[in-house]
Amino acid sequence: MKAHLTRRYKFSASHRLHSPQLSDEQNRATYGKCNNPHGHGHNYKVEVTVSGEPNPETGMVCNLADLDAFAEQVLMPQFELSNLNQLEAFRNQVPTTENLSRELFHLFDRQFRLAKVERIRVEETMMNSFEYAGGREIGPR
Amino acid sequence: MVYLTRRAEFSASHFYHNPKFSAEENQRIFGKCNNPNGHGHNYTLEVTVAGDVDARSGFVMDLKQLKDIMNREVIDVLDHRHLNKEIPEFRDSIPTTENLAIAIWKRLSGKLNGAKLHRVRVYETDDLYVDVYGEP
Repeated sequence: MKAHLTRRYKFSASHRLHSPQLSDEQNRATYGKCNNPHGHGHNYKVEVTVSGEPNPETGMVCNLADLDAFAEQVLMPQFELSNLNQLEAFRNQVPTTENLSRELFHLFDRQFRLAKVERIRVEETMMNSFEYAGGREIGPR
Repeated sequence: MVYLTRRAEFSASHFYHNPKFSAEENQRIFGKCNNPNGHGHNYTLEVTVAGDVDARSGFVMDLKQLKDIMNREVIDVLDHRHLNKEIPEFRDSIPTTENLAIAIWKRLSGKLNGAKLHRVRVYETDDLYVDVYGEP
């Protein structure tokens, strides 16, 4: 039977929401406080879901140690204590948490090879969260 | 269709060890979880049932019934037990959170008085959980 394993990671980063396609006034109207030119930060929580039939010999979808090592070696060096606006991924897009969840999905999906990456969920604060499953409908999960 | 989720907690101990592997392989694959003296978790179980709302009762399923079934089929069986040594499902399989969620699905499936089991979620810690939807 298929199992979906979800692991939570956290990193802190700063960002500023500002679109070059909008005027300064439109940016202020659209993004409000998030448009502050000096930026601001969040403690992001990231949930990564991988799926598969547990290996009969180990009982695992994938070894958690491998997933943690990937997060430690690939996710954290880029994102922990970073300014999202400075990252290559946000050179041409606004670092909203919508776009962040898409970028994090692609990061895991393209580079973590030991299980199928199903979904990324990002909490920007306790009060909001965003999910992306590679464009697939998530449905009632 | 409405999805109803009931939460319960149980505490159990386990360790990860496959007798087909050498001691070194067990240590490499399972790390700290291979400690033969075991260790424990406070597990949180969430059971989600799906169904149409009954026009007379306003229920998808009577929560008291769901609670009683979860207690009888899962919590009373697993709470304060050693998963490897006392639970038949883990005589020949590793009590990972994946296998635990699958075992709980199988224990509950077909026993919910006609309600449709949608999801079993088992939290091993706040930062690790497994979902099972009965997909083959």
